[in-house]
Amino acid sequence: MSFWNWEWVGTHLDLIGEKLGEHLWLTLLAVGFGLVVSFPLAILAHRRARTYPAITWVTGLLYTIPSLALFALLVPFTGLSTLTAEIGLVSYTLLILIRNAVTGLGGTPEDVKEAARAMGYSERGVLWRVELPLALPVIVAGIRIATVTTIGLVTVTALIGKGGLGALMLGGFRRLYPQIAILVGVALSVALAVAADRVLLWAQRALTPWARRTRSVTAT
Amino acid sequence: MGPEDSERHRDMSEPGFFSEVVEWFADPLHWEGSFGVPSRLVEHLIMSGVSVLAASILALPVGMYIGHSRRLETLVVSVANLGRAIPSFGLIFLAVLVMGLGLDFPASLRPAALFALTLLAIPPILTNTYVGIQGVDPDTLEAARGMGLTEGQVLRGLELPLAAPLIMGGIRTAAVQVVATATLAAVIGGGGLGRFILDGFATGDDAQIFAGALLVALLAVLTEVSLGLLQRAVSPRTSPGRRREVPEPTPVAGPAA
Repeated sequence: MSFWNWEWVGTHLDLIGEKLGEHLWLTLLAVGFGLVVSFPLAILAHRRARTYPAITWVTGLLYTIPSLALFALLVPFTGLSTLTAEIGLVSYTLLILIRNAVTGLGGTPEDVKEAARAMGYSERGVLWRVELPLALPVIVAGIRIATVTTIGLVTVTALIGKGGLGALMLGGFRRLYPQIAILVGVALSVALAVAADRVLLWAQRALTPWARRTRSVTAT
Repeated sequence: MGPEDSERHRDMSEPGFFSEVVEWFADPLHWEGSFGVPSRLVEHLIMSGVSVLAASILALPVGMYIGHSRRLETLVVSVANLGRAIPSFGLIFLAVLVMGLGLDFPASLRPAALFALTLLAIPPILTNTYVGIQGVDPDTLEAARGMGLTEGQVLRGLELPLAAPLIMGGIRTAAVQVVATATLAAVIGGGGLGRFILDGFATGDDAQIFAGALLVALLAVLTEVSLGLLQRAVSPRTSPGRRREVPEPTPVAGPAA
């Protein structure tokens, strides 16, 4: 059987679709919960600057731990489950989301805030009606990076029995599926990452029509 | 491993588990021979070192050229975006498709793993080298050229030292990602510390899975910290006694794997 086993691909579109759906679902859960966890922490770091180093230290440590190691540390306690996958995936989104949110919130010029206060905005009003809208492009940029990163990391959860498209890759390698499943998995994973990035970029432009285009290359 | 295994989990408060992990570390058998912790650590370091070195050899000159000449700048953006979008987990299997398992090679030098890890390390090094070089103050460069420095002297004497912290930051990001992803080499039968985790998965040995994961996490953190110190050391002094502030990097690439 040649490598280009299109017949298998054609007859297994439902399996491929199911894995793609699982991939998307695992990603959405991770970024969604990541936002829920990171948002209050970002507000805290923004309000009380002294908490920021501690927050970045902890989330930076989580970010540095290799994903397979993080999943493996959890497996003895939470098993080969979606919970294990999500604890790990959410952990990785935190540093990116918090860092961008804090940078964005801190970017409002002081005189703009001063003007808002003079117009009668409370501190809470300044945060929600002035700082947050102005920070949106940077926050969404963080969500984009977190989403694309998560789409890549979801594949690793194949090793703990999940994985979405990663399960196609691992299955193709272990001869559970023909080898072309590896290529299908990688191609769809890249496509998903690019599509998610585009959708979020579009959403950001729609949300902040006043913002200019952001820089495309930054140092890592 | 299948869905039926998902029932297997334990209570955090169970005292037996952590003593099992301590026993695993205390067992002298786990520290001897080619399957012991020291040999697996050396495999991990060789695999990572060779890949980061290869990526540096490829990416540093290209990044310097693009940053200095400001030509082909879109290449950097494309490589950076592509590097972020391609899952390293899949990259390793694609490399096996092309190069085979390479079982004749030592466990630390399987071509498929080295190839995937090298590709993974290129984007951060390329991006940071480019950003560092092109970010040098144009007035400074103008002054240097006005003093009669050649383009080569400008690059070596000005741009490289000023870009050094960012370049080192790129190498650090790449190294941490490579050390992390080298764990996955065990999936394709390679060596490294990932073996403990993968073999633990295969035999259902939770203590070994946990111990292996601890070792991998520790190595990644040590890599990050030690290269961070090196990055600080290469930052040029701009005023006597005060080091130039190392630009705080914003993460673009993910933790890879």
